Amino acid sequence: MLELKNISFTAENSNEKNEIINDLSFKADDNKFIVITGPNGGGKSTLAKLIAGIEKCTSGQIILDGVDITNASITERARMGIGFAFQQPVRFKGLTVYDLLRIAAGKQLSVSDACVYLSEVGLCAKDYIKREVNASLSGGELKRIEIATILARNVKLAIFDEPEAGIDLWSFSNLIRIFENMRNTAPGRTIIVISHQERILDIADEIIVLADGNVVRHGSREEVLPEITGKGYTLNACKKLS
Amino acid sequence: MKPMDPVQKRLLQEVADLHDIPEGAYNLRANGESVGRNTTANIDIKSKTDVSGIDIRIKDGTKNESVHIPVVLSESGLKETVYNDFYIGEDCDVLIVAGCGIDNCGSQDSQHDGVHRFFVGKNSKIRYVEKHYGSGDGSGQRILNPVTEMYLEEGSTAELEMVQIKGVDSTSRTTVAELKKDAKLIVHERLMTHGKQRAESIYKVSLNEEGSSADVVSRSVARDDSYQKLDLCVLGNTACTGHTECDSIIMDNGRILAVPSLEANSVDASLVHEAAIGKIAGEQLIKLMTLGLTEQEAEEQIINGFLK
Repeated sequence: MLELKNISFTAENSNEKNEIINDLSFKADDNKFIVITGPNGGGKSTLAKLIAGIEKCTSGQIILDGVDITNASITERARMGIGFAFQQPVRFKGLTVYDLLRIAAGKQLSVSDACVYLSEVGLCAKDYIKREVNASLSGGELKRIEIATILARNVKLAIFDEPEAGIDLWSFSNLIRIFENMRNTAPGRTIIVISHQERILDIADEIIVLADGNVVRHGSREEVLPEITGKGYTLNACKKLS
Repeated sequence: MKPMDPVQKRLLQEVADLHDIPEGAYNLRANGESVGRNTTANIDIKSKTDVSGIDIRIKDGTKNESVHIPVVLSESGLKETVYNDFYIGEDCDVLIVAGCGIDNCGSQDSQHDGVHRFFVGKNSKIRYVEKHYGSGDGSGQRILNPVTEMYLEEGSTAELEMVQIKGVDSTSRTTVAELKKDAKLIVHERLMTHGKQRAESIYKVSLNEEGSSADVVSRSVARDDSYQKLDLCVLGNTACTGHTECDSIIMDNGRILAVPSLEANSVDASLVHEAAIGKIAGEQLIKLMTLGLTEQEAEEQIINGFLK
């Protein structure tokens, strides 16, 4: 179980302080598929980075399975089972798709195992396994490889920051199938997805609406979804709640 | 033939990926003298009579054969200059593996300056792999100053893989190439310096006849207090295409001077150069750390990939 207790995060830019997360608390139980949604600039990506350790809370506590990880490094959190798929995947000159999957798996990875992960995200393995993760790959290809790196890790808590962005031509049903597979193959695994997409909200167990750095709504899909999609436009969530 | 000691065998493995005596044609040089040679029906190797070095002659039409000419130095204080000339006939397709490994545990400098000239015949294709490596904890420097000259006849192709990853204290590498009609030169250089090492790599590629082309790409990493100068020049003297690229990662107090340059002496020459120097991007480290690597492990993976 992941628990955030009264966390705040203030960004400092040239003597100007900007409070992005403000005294935020919530619990994510094991074996839950939780979608965090809300308006742009509400603090969703920052929250994901705080959980992964990429940013450090200004105050508050983060507890994973009873262990206080507030001061744990990115590496320590990764080794404790937190996986994080970036909204904008990073490019590497020289590192191949296979290298990245091998690092993600944390062990010797056979080519056929690596191919399974690539096939899962709809990429033809033989075309990609030796490709460098560099500027020659499109944004959509990188995004799928990013998701494959999470599949290659046996994570307890997976966080996806807008996984659907940039993969328009790849059907949503595939992405949803991946999430379902991830749940079925590891009981107890929690998946947190940041998304505006209704079809992803549709498969959530719980929905958290984040605005102005705080949780404005957290409940089951059945409770929250009708409130934010009255007319079918998820992006109106905040207006409807305000 | 003299047996090689374990240090020499280790050096041989580093520079030529060889565990022992290679197959095909070879000439092994250890501590200033030839310790083994093999010729084949198509590839002949003879010692020069005027200076130290060998002549390698490859017959017309030789395909899928290889020549290994590694050099290992394990005695401190040894300095040598060696002249090796390769005469490659027409319509050949061969692999040539050179390289030098120095282990210097003593206090005197050890130095090997290899001057390699390649005369590549019409429509021949060669792949030339040159690896340089240094080891040993003595105060004596390990110095390598290789000179490579390539003369490419009509329709020939030379692909060069030049690698110096570790342990060479001082190096000045000079590569000169002259290309005739439709000849093609491809260079992949990989260079890493650390400690107080200094490395200079100079290329001067002349595209002299129509249809010739060159692609010279250097990737380098300068760590600690090391210094690199990369000077890649392509001259387009006719209707030709040339590309040079220096791509470097700088770390610690490393310094790099990258001078990719072009000289167009014909209105039909099409030449491009690129250069980039920068530290490892923070987001690259973060990504690999989210996969469970420490910052140091992430750094090593990024460098290994970059120099692969």
